[in-house]
Amino acid sequence: MKLVVVSAGLSSPSSTRLLADRLTAATLARVDAEPEVVELRELAAEIAQHFVTGFPPARLAAALDAVAAADGLIAVTPVFAASYSGLFKSFFDLIDKDALTGKPVLLGATGGTARHSLVTEHALRPLFTYLRALVLPTAVYAASEDWGEQGLDRRITRAGTELARSMAPAAHEAAPDVDTAAAIAPRSLTGAITSTDPANGFTIVPFAQRLAALQAD
Amino acid sequence: MQFGIFTVGDVTADPTTGRVPSEHERIKAMLAIAQKAEEVGLDVFATGEHHNPPFVPSSPTTMLGYIAARTENLILSTSTTLITTNDPVKIAEDFAMLQHVADGRVDVMMGRGNTGPVYPWFGKDIRDGIDLAIENYALLRRLWDEDTVTWKGKFRTPLQSFTSTPRPLDGVAPFVWHGSIRSPEIAEQAAYYGDGFFHNHIFWPASHTEQMVNLYRQRYAHYGHGTPEQAIVGLGGQVFMRKNSQDAVREFRPYFDNAPVYGHGPSLEEFTSQTPLTVGSPQQVIERTLSFRDYVGDYQRQLFLMDHAGLPLKTVLEQLDLLGEEVVPVLRKEFANLRPAGIPDAPTHPARVAAARETPKEETQA
Repeated sequence: MKLVVVSAGLSSPSSTRLLADRLTAATLARVDAEPEVVELRELAAEIAQHFVTGFPPARLAAALDAVAAADGLIAVTPVFAASYSGLFKSFFDLIDKDALTGKPVLLGATGGTARHSLVTEHALRPLFTYLRALVLPTAVYAASEDWGEQGLDRRITRAGTELARSMAPAAHEAAPDVDTAAAIAPRSLTGAITSTDPANGFTIVPFAQRLAALQAD
Repeated sequence: MQFGIFTVGDVTADPTTGRVPSEHERIKAMLAIAQKAEEVGLDVFATGEHHNPPFVPSSPTTMLGYIAARTENLILSTSTTLITTNDPVKIAEDFAMLQHVADGRVDVMMGRGNTGPVYPWFGKDIRDGIDLAIENYALLRRLWDEDTVTWKGKFRTPLQSFTSTPRPLDGVAPFVWHGSIRSPEIAEQAAYYGDGFFHNHIFWPASHTEQMVNLYRQRYAHYGHGTPEQAIVGLGGQVFMRKNSQDAVREFRPYFDNAPVYGHGPSLEEFTSQTPLTVGSPQQVIERTLSFRDYVGDYQRQLFLMDHAGLPLKTVLEQLDLLGEEVVPVLRKEFANLRPAGIPDAPTHPARVAAARETPKEETQA
């Protein structure tokens, strides 16, 4: 199985990446999976290019494909201006809208103060619910002071256990929502254009069937 | 194989001078560009259709009718005609009329249009885009192919005993291309009817174009119109040339950097490596264009985007001289040498009339 970890930390070393690594270790202690980390900082320019051109440069395409193909996802962002960072949101704006359907997702956020702890609930959770992900009950917020206290450990363990239990191979093979995809096409440049269609190619609805469906109305 | 140009019809400031042409200037420039296309020996001129500023071509058959009168050989086409928001009855009438005016030098490319507000402005809903393209085109086909049509559908008032006039020239409707960048449904539609499929090609990586064209070719064969290699494929391209490739890069860079579609994003170098954009010498353009065949197979129509992003008319006309004199003659020869037997020629009205006259005869003999 594949566990993909998206980290939107900007500094190096970054506490966001540190939290992401702790969540990854807690998950991998309970399930056998191959981890892959996507550092959004390294993709910042390519993410901006995708917005402007409508298609992803190669490294970004590979990252989007990795997220789409993952059996489980850990997504961690720093808190900027009371929400996820713009870079974090931009990356998930570019994810195909069906790519996360039914995928177990563990959310994490970091901040300078505990006053933002509910950002995982009021900002991150609705975003991933919109993307039809299976958002796990425990999301982990780490303020600066948490790195010196007891509770963070327990929350990380609980969250990692939840993700490990939810991960199952082929969980992501839910049928794509073809009708909805067609209905909103063509999409705007900012409207979630992904790099590739599934590896097995396009889903074809035979033309006569489409024609007949219209005539039946 | 046919070579030509397609235009978006954008009114864009020249980034090197800040000067914005008036709508009148831009429209006159488009007409001059079309006539130049014929003068330098190109085969096709296609105009976009838009219903919002900063674009001028809202009324393509008006423009193409004028060009028809000023040219002898040029095929007049569109890139694209909005099959979603236009009334298919009016498309049937307008393009049949243009066929007569232009003595058959007409074909048309159907597209959905990707400007959200245009749909409600014309009383439609963008979420119905694919269904509109399917129903409207099915009606359009009948209006051209049958003299009297009684029809009922989802998106338009029913028709009782309606005859679209004038009837298509020589009883053969304009050839239809279906243009789509990313919708497999449209490749499927083109394949179903045995129509042409045009991929814009210029804004996306080649692998994407390859995937869409392959799908169309497979489905074309599936519907029994011929082998996948015999499907009718058109491609876009985008070039800027000077004798010396460094001069081309230097001159085009400000237009690239500020272009409405992709400007302020990737560098010129990144974009030329990611997409078919070629900025350099005529020889570089020849080599790049020939390489398209490596991933789409032998194809029938190559259109270049030459007049966008605020390039002044004088520059565009110089580009067309280079295209017509140095690039296209070589491409014609090279593509012809590479083409195996059995690949169909690009569609023309006389050839399609001849084929239509042949088909009923065969049936009587059988």
